[in-house]
This record gives sequence, C-alpha cells and structure tokens, in this order.
Amino acid sequence: MKFLCVDCDSVMEYVERRLPGDGTMAVVYACPGCGRETALLTNPMETRMVSGLGIEVGGRSVPPEPLELVRSSLEGADEEAALRPGQVRWSGDARERLLSVPSFVRGMVKRIYGEYAAERGITEITPAVMDRARTDLGLEGM
Amino acid sequence: MTEPSAPRRIRTYHQVADPGAESIVEQVVDQGRRLRERLDRVKRVVAVASGKGGVGKSAISANLAVALAARGGTVGALDADLNGPSLARMLGASGRLARGDGGVEPAHGAGGVAVVSMDLLLPEDAPLRWRGPEEHGFVWQSVLETGALRELLSDVAWGDLDVLVLDLPPGTDKLARLFDLIGTPDVLLLVTTPSEAARHVVAKSARFVAEAGAEQVGLVTNMATWSCPHCGIEEPLFAADAGRRLARESGLEVWAEVPFDPRFAADTDEGFPLVLSDPERPAARALSALAERLAGG
Repeated sequence: MKFLCVDCDSVMEYVERRLPGDGTMAVVYACPGCGRETALLTNPMETRMVSGLGIEVGGRSVPPEPLELVRSSLEGADEEAALRPGQVRWSGDARERLLSVPSFVRGMVKRIYGEYAAERGITEITPAVMDRARTDLGLEGM
Repeated sequence: MTEPSAPRRIRTYHQVADPGAESIVEQVVDQGRRLRERLDRVKRVVAVASGKGGVGKSAISANLAVALAARGGTVGALDADLNGPSLARMLGASGRLARGDGGVEPAHGAGGVAVVSMDLLLPEDAPLRWRGPEEHGFVWQSVLETGALRELLSDVAWGDLDVLVLDLPPGTDKLARLFDLIGTPDVLLLVTTPSEAARHVVAKSARFVAEAGAEQVGLVTNMATWSCPHCGIEEPLFAADAGRRLARESGLEVWAEVPFDPRFAADTDEGFPLVLSDPERPAARALSALAERLAGG
C-alpha cells in the first residue's frame, strides 16, 4: 500500500495514526511536495485485518515482542507470559482503564502505549502516562 | 471542437520504488527473515498431517518426537493445531512459557522434547477465541491463525534442533498454509486410518502435496490392525484397507502401519507416550521403526 500525490507525482509520507476508540483507524499521509494531506480510514474489520498481520501502519519504532500477536489478540491468553524482566509493565489502574477499549483493538492500543513508553524509557504505564500518550499520539477516547 | 485531453499519467505500484514508501511490505519481509533464521537452525522439519480429523495425528506426533529423541536427537514439537491443541498434554508438558534471551523458551516434555502449544498460553478449558469485531469474523480469523503459527515458529527459542515435528490440524487448507509459510517441509507424513472415509479425505492431501512438489512424503496407517489380547491373533480393524489403496493410487509408500492398541491412546493421553511407557508393544515398535527410518534418512 502506497499513497501517491498525483499532482506532484510524489510518494506521500506517513504523518500519524489515530484510533478514535470505536474499532476504526485513521492514518494520515502528506505529500512532501505540496503538503496535501489525505487520510486512510479503515472500518473495524479492516483494522483487525491489519493488526492481524502483525504489522504497524506507518512503520515500527521498536521491534516486535515475541508472541506479540498471540498474546494481544487471543481472548484469555496469558498476556504477561514471556515478558522480559525489566520490560514495560502496566499498573493495575492502567490495566483497568485499558479494559474500556474495544477488545479487538485493545492489543494494538496496548502495543502503541508500550512503544510510547519504551521509546521514552518509561518502565511502568500508569493512567498519567496514558493521558500523556493520548495527547501526544492522538489516541482519542483511549 | 476540442481535442480530448490525454489521460493523466499515474505511476503504478511497482513503478513507485522509493525506499521507505512501503513500511508494511518491509515489516512482512522482516517477519519472513526472522522465521527463516529460526528454521535455519533446524536440520529437518517433519510435518504430520492428514486432512482428516480424528485419525491420531497428535498421538503419532508425540510418540514419534519421543522416539526420535530417544535416538539421541534434539527434538522440538510444535502443536500447529491452534483450535484443538493436545500435543503438550500428550508429551506431559505443562506450565507457563517463559521469556529467554533468544525468544520464548519452549516447555519440555517426555523424553526431553521441547514443546510449544496453545495449551501453554491459555487457561485450562479456555477455547481459542480471537478478539475482533463480530461481523465478518471469517475474513480476519484465518489471517490471525496464520500469524499465530508464524509467531509460534519464529518467536520461540527452539535452538539447534535435529528435528522439529509439526502436528498439523485437520483440513487440506492447513497444508497449503504451512507450505506458504515455510515452504515444503523436509518430510511429510500423511496419517490415515484404514477407513474409506479417511482415504477419501487423505487422497486430497496426497494430491495437494504431489502438486506442490513435496518429495519426502510417507503414509502412516493408524489403527491398521487389531490383536486379540487373549489369543494374539491379529486381524484388520476396518473392513477397508485405505492405507494400501492410497499407496497404490497415489504412488506414495506406506512408511508405518500402527496397530490399534487401547494403551497407545490411554498412555499418550496421560502424557506418557507408549514408546516410553511400554516400548515393546507392537504400536510402539511400529513408531520406533518409523523414527529409525527418519533418523537414518
């Protein structure tokens, strides 16, 4: 999947990804030539398909964790299984708040928060960290 | 009268070669690279398949893995039956998978076989349920199942293995999925029973693997015969003889005929594969001979 600005004949670049909280996703791309922006909008099934491939639209900033897809997508899976000591942990409050996210995008949202924390050297995700990430990443309603 | 304007030229997907324009493909390529790196450390992948359910694939996988390990090999066993996992139980492996330096550490079962199964990731009795929108589940569930199988292969620290036994679920499509993921396995065992119903289904798998160009393919007939515990007379358990008919029709060779033995299922179900619990019984001897053949070949 690539986005081409027809007027400039330039490949559009990934700008940001937004998850409004209803299972849909918006991914914004911009033309480096004229600045025109366009948004890719996916319905819940398409969002699930994309996350089911184990890939991140826009690219990954940190490498995938072992069994990331299985642990985040399987109902009842042991999500703490196979975590590296010292890896980003979730506080009880944060975990509770995560439960309000629709289950089928919960894994993806959890991964995004995890990447946000890992990039900033945050070892525990709390509701305060989630608030900050929401603002920074555009995770409205999460 | 105005001339019609020429259509705008829009580059096609393949004409847009800008590096970095396609992060999704990059990630999929990276997934494939990690899978190959993991499998490069496995000398032989032995896939146990059928197409038909209920023919004893998992019991044969468990016993074969243990019999191969008993010959001094380093053996891993992956339960690729995500929806009906039983291999961990049959190999007596339990507990929680832990993270090691090189990925997820497999559990260890009977005979020291390294084993990974969905059973080790889900609570007891929990069905396999993927999180997703209720509508169109059939569309995305197969994507998730393939992704899960890929992760179970590539994210587990299998280490250097002489043999990795893959216990596949029923369905010819699962063979296609496996071939897409890892290519043709080094050895493929097609398990059948002597029944005509089994032959009808396994014949489809045999045709698939022939068309896919798999070379090392053998038939295993489970429940081939039955021995009277009192007089020892051995008789066919089924009226039909599907294994040998399949061999004639498909050109494949029967590599093992495993006699029916209630102890085979009972011991293996309890985590004590028969090749260890009572290696002199005919069913155990048949599977040990199969292991010998594979270890030698």
